[in-house]
Amino acid sequence: MEANTLDRIQFAFTITYHYLFPQLTMGLAPLIVIFKSLAIWKNDERWNEAARFWGKIFGITFLFGVVTGIPMEFQFGTNWAAFSKYAGGVIGQTLAMEGVFAFFLESAFIGLFLFGEKRLGRRLHWVTAFLLFVGTWTSGWFIIATNAWMQHPVGYEIAADGSAHLTSFRALVFNEWAIYQYLHNMGGAFVTGAFAVASLGAFYVLSKKQVEYGKLFLKAGVIAACVGSIWMLFPSGDWKGQLVTKYQPVTLAAMEGLFDTTEGAPLVLIGQPDMEKQRLDNAIHIPKMLSFLSYQHWEARVRGLNEFPKDQHPDNVPLLYYSYHIMVGLGTIFIAIMVAAVFWLWRGWLYSSNWLLWIVMLAFPLPFIANTAGWLTAELGRQPWLVYGLMRTEHGHSPLVSSGNVLFTLIGFFGMYTILSLLYIFLILRRIEHGESELGAAEIKEAY
Amino acid sequence: METVWFILVAFMLVCYVVLDGFDIGSGIVHYLIGKNGSERATVIRAIGPIWDGNEVWLIAAGGTLYFAFPALYSSAFSGFYLPLIMVLWLLILRAAGIELRHQLDNEMWHEFWDFVFCLASSLLAIFYGAALGNVIRGVPLDETGYFFEPLFTHWGVTGDTGILDWFTLLCGIVAFVALAVHGANWQALKTEGEINKRSRRIVSKGWYLLVVVTALSLIAVLNVRPVILDNYSAYPVGWLIPIAVFASLIAIKYFNAKGIEKQAFLASTAYLGSMLGGAVFGLYPNVLPALDPNYSLTVHNAKAGNYGMSVGLIWWVFGMMIVIGYFFFLFRTFKGKVTAASHE
Repeated sequence: MEANTLDRIQFAFTITYHYLFPQLTMGLAPLIVIFKSLAIWKNDERWNEAARFWGKIFGITFLFGVVTGIPMEFQFGTNWAAFSKYAGGVIGQTLAMEGVFAFFLESAFIGLFLFGEKRLGRRLHWVTAFLLFVGTWTSGWFIIATNAWMQHPVGYEIAADGSAHLTSFRALVFNEWAIYQYLHNMGGAFVTGAFAVASLGAFYVLSKKQVEYGKLFLKAGVIAACVGSIWMLFPSGDWKGQLVTKYQPVTLAAMEGLFDTTEGAPLVLIGQPDMEKQRLDNAIHIPKMLSFLSYQHWEARVRGLNEFPKDQHPDNVPLLYYSYHIMVGLGTIFIAIMVAAVFWLWRGWLYSSNWLLWIVMLAFPLPFIANTAGWLTAELGRQPWLVYGLMRTEHGHSPLVSSGNVLFTLIGFFGMYTILSLLYIFLILRRIEHGESELGAAEIKEAY
Repeated sequence: METVWFILVAFMLVCYVVLDGFDIGSGIVHYLIGKNGSERATVIRAIGPIWDGNEVWLIAAGGTLYFAFPALYSSAFSGFYLPLIMVLWLLILRAAGIELRHQLDNEMWHEFWDFVFCLASSLLAIFYGAALGNVIRGVPLDETGYFFEPLFTHWGVTGDTGILDWFTLLCGIVAFVALAVHGANWQALKTEGEINKRSRRIVSKGWYLLVVVTALSLIAVLNVRPVILDNYSAYPVGWLIPIAVFASLIAIKYFNAKGIEKQAFLASTAYLGSMLGGAVFGLYPNVLPALDPNYSLTVHNAKAGNYGMSVGLIWWVFGMMIVIGYFFFLFRTFKGKVTAASHE
């Protein structure tokens, strides 16, 4: 395999793996703030217990996020040197700001949040939880602004030496693409956190081990997950779709599996793109829906893949198409599950409806898959460009790092991350088991 | 403007070495001062709530380097490909050693992570020292502005160089010894009883080793890269730096013998700062010297656009003021000695 291909695989693998952790911490952070607020507002110690329990899971997940995150920054230089030389003067801004404004904040307050509850007292401890939330969500902003510049470059000029120079800080940090991507992405993280809380609640109720807290988790989890899931479709998903329609029309065609330009284009639910015959096999679709969603007009003309030069097509159309459809399909299922769960909760049936609890419990991995599929859609959709319209992916890798060296580190990352996965699963399962006896025991940990 | 950023990036890297240096140093001396499981738990608790914040200096310095000198970032990171990826793995292992150890109340679990923590910290120190050694020695940059070095070749400092040669390995050993002393100073400051005594003894004995390797490294630098003295002859004020190295070495010994732990720690901080400062002063305006001086990367040919550097200065100064606030607050909250009694 060529070095460029291996560089791509390594980055895709390490970033996909990394993002499993931050999406959970970014999702849990606002929930923990809500728990801490409820504890103060309702003067109910049980919400503090809930915050402590999820705080520990947050802590472990945060650590895994940190250690798998540093390789991301390094790989810009190690594996994508040509890209970094070209774009570093622009996106380096947002990456450096992430470190200065988000990581320092998070690292300073995670210790205080986890081990300082007694020392700080109720209100200051709430502040540490709130600052952790601010830190994780600020970090999300800067990294999405970085990605947004690659998706939709703004506020730059090409200097005499051929590299991109920043010309507008405001354009970079408040990139239109970043705003809508952020709203959509943070919603996705929130869904992951809410599903995790609801799922564990369902497990505690079903296993009859910790029913009181199980109900508490369920109540908070399903309401949050319901709000989050709807937000993902409308308005944030809709906004994001219109952004792609506007700036990356060829990507839209590939995502939707639309080969030929069509007036009144249908929305495909399921089907297999056949790249050889240039058609969609076994398509099940809603007539005229794609035209309406993209242009708010039933007969609107949607450009198909064939309208664009071949060298501008995303280089893996079927994978892009499937990623997008998996994301949307799962998102729809989330709404169905959580609207039902909230309705059942409202009627007072939820805690005794075992079939629904089983569904809620088993659903926890699905948001991870949906978020991953969403990012695959965004990143495969950007291809063949590394910086949209400016630099092709094939020109971005480090020119002197040989494929053999990249394969060596790729295998190393496989091994390292396999071990990390086992450790993470082991530690989380242990926390869940401990939760059965610790929750309600009012035990506050003060040190390592 | 590029000189300002050169100084600011150097400042951030020095902060990283000084702060994370005592975490790494604690890992190096982990077994020497913690003779049983509960003592080693104390060693880790002495860095527990702050190591992560210290590590962020590396990420923030990396990001700052990236936007201020993108050509340097791409050239150096791709050229040092293998050792940097290994540093990433070691950082993962080090963090796991610190944070996972206390997750389980099981002796075998503790023993395993103690070992991982010590090994990863020791190797990190050597890698960092060797990396600095490479920058001082110069790398085989060509006219494209890139280079690639294998881990080792013929162990010589000219021609087809590797990351490791006799010189860079010596730099790695200097870093290893210096951080061990620095870490032991931190542990002496943060602990009491037996661990405190052992830490102070390590500083006291390690000091002789530190003096020897420091002297050796200075002689070696003058052999490998004599032009490093150019800046010193041009700006004689630079000679204050080696004087500071010398003075801080004396101070380490003096305060250690007197049992004034805080001053001893500040002295090893000053030692690290002045050693790095001396290298930085000698390198300028180079940021990555080439073996063939025509291809060296300097602050002038590796910098980003002027607008970006100016606007960056505004948020950087603002951000750093907040960061210093955090660290002040954090170190104050967790000040004082950690005691074995507060464990579990």
